[in-house]
Amino acid sequence: MSEGQTILFAIVVMLAAVGGAAVLTWFERRLLGVWQDRYGPNRLGPGGILQVAADMIKLLTKHDWVPPFADKWVFIFAPTAIVVAMLLGFAVVPFGPGLHILDINIGLLFFLAMTSLAVYSVLLGGLASNNKYALLGGLRSAAQMVSYEVFMGLSLMGVVMLTGSFSMVDIVEAQRDGWYAISQFLGLFVFIIAAIAESHRLPFDLPEAEHELTAGFHTEYSGMKFAMFMLGEYLGLILVSCMITTLFFGGWLGPFGIEILPPIVWFSLKTFLIICFFVLLRAAIPRPRYDQLMSLGWKVMLPLTLINLVATGAIALWLHGGA
Amino acid sequence: MTLLKDLFESLISQLRTMWRILLHTFTKAETVQYPEEKPYLAPRYRGRIVLTKDPDGDERCVACNLCAAACPPDCIALQQGTREDGRWYPEFFRINFSRCIMCGLCEEACPTNAIQLIPDFEMCEYDRQNMVYEKEHLMIDGPGKYHDYNFYRVAGMEIEGKEKGAAQNEAPPIDPRSLLP
Repeated sequence: MSEGQTILFAIVVMLAAVGGAAVLTWFERRLLGVWQDRYGPNRLGPGGILQVAADMIKLLTKHDWVPPFADKWVFIFAPTAIVVAMLLGFAVVPFGPGLHILDINIGLLFFLAMTSLAVYSVLLGGLASNNKYALLGGLRSAAQMVSYEVFMGLSLMGVVMLTGSFSMVDIVEAQRDGWYAISQFLGLFVFIIAAIAESHRLPFDLPEAEHELTAGFHTEYSGMKFAMFMLGEYLGLILVSCMITTLFFGGWLGPFGIEILPPIVWFSLKTFLIICFFVLLRAAIPRPRYDQLMSLGWKVMLPLTLINLVATGAIALWLHGGA
Repeated sequence: MTLLKDLFESLISQLRTMWRILLHTFTKAETVQYPEEKPYLAPRYRGRIVLTKDPDGDERCVACNLCAAACPPDCIALQQGTREDGRWYPEFFRINFSRCIMCGLCEEACPTNAIQLIPDFEMCEYDRQNMVYEKEHLMIDGPGKYHDYNFYRVAGMEIEGKEKGAAQNEAPPIDPRSLLP
């Protein structure tokens, strides 16, 4: 693509991501409704889709309030940071052959860096609110991210080892013979858990934890700043789903080399199914206690990742004879 | 070893939970789509309060104040008066439905079956003052749940057109100054 086309495509991706996140707020509630034997928002427009617009109008017209005891500039900066970081993460996602904004040789590292930056947003939001609940939420978020970040990166190293590249396009191309979901099953399992913790969604939404921390790090946020946090969270969900599709489910490639659908449709379909899976997790699994979350991270997930890493390395070495 | 066993068991448990939730894709929603679809209300459902009239068309309430005394949130107010024919009646009868908890104790307390709760709960108002119902809002043109009951026909009280001893199952009055049995 020429430079102009790339910029145009970047704008399209950004609009699609934000629009998708907005629709997802409604879709998730409807899907949760299906699984909890109720309807969810179904009044406004066909199937309730206009609920998105209603929510948006409500949030836009709310008083944009900064508490007098808060650290004003950090308080305002925090919700923007998460949206910016998450949107930047979309830059390295390959949506189809040639359909990407950036194909850099450190694509995967860029994604990890951007999701890690998003942590700062939660942390600063909690800190700047100057509120006990928010501070506890921020603390939890920091501890959770530090422990889950470790094996989130490590779980992807198996994929990188098999491909021999950090570039997302190369990783997709390397899956023509078989998806990494099969050969890197442990990696996929660990990455999904780490990704939920990273985007702090249920069941790992301990930084928010309504039942004990009122709303955790965004206790003091309202109106559009609150909406930015939510937008960031849903963008994170979409981004992580895109990443799982790309890294483990063959990106734009159809299963078993079937190519009846255009690549972008395959990609969207897979991403959609993974989003549904995340919503299912939210519907089904209760939130763990905080110490359980920590011990799961360090005692189970990290050893599992290391075993996966060593085993993948050994097998790759054995098959390719020390390349 | 126990750690691994626990881990395996909890993993299986979580997967089974997810599978069971997924099966709920095929079950019907329990929701009653309320304004379009009305829920079934039992005939004796306790909702809005009404004042009934006896079969002859006179109001049943004798303004004895027992309902107001029984009312836990004190939402009933009334004032007794006496009509020219000797009947008691409430000069005003006021129920503040923004306080009423629909407990039905007033109905239990009422000696004349005048106050009754009916299966209607749709009393929303934008203005709180409109939740205060006066006697003309409460009164209905019928006997409610008890079709044949008329207090003055069974009570011994003397009113115009009904002497002492003229009520149903009432013995004629005894003359205390007579020595005859």
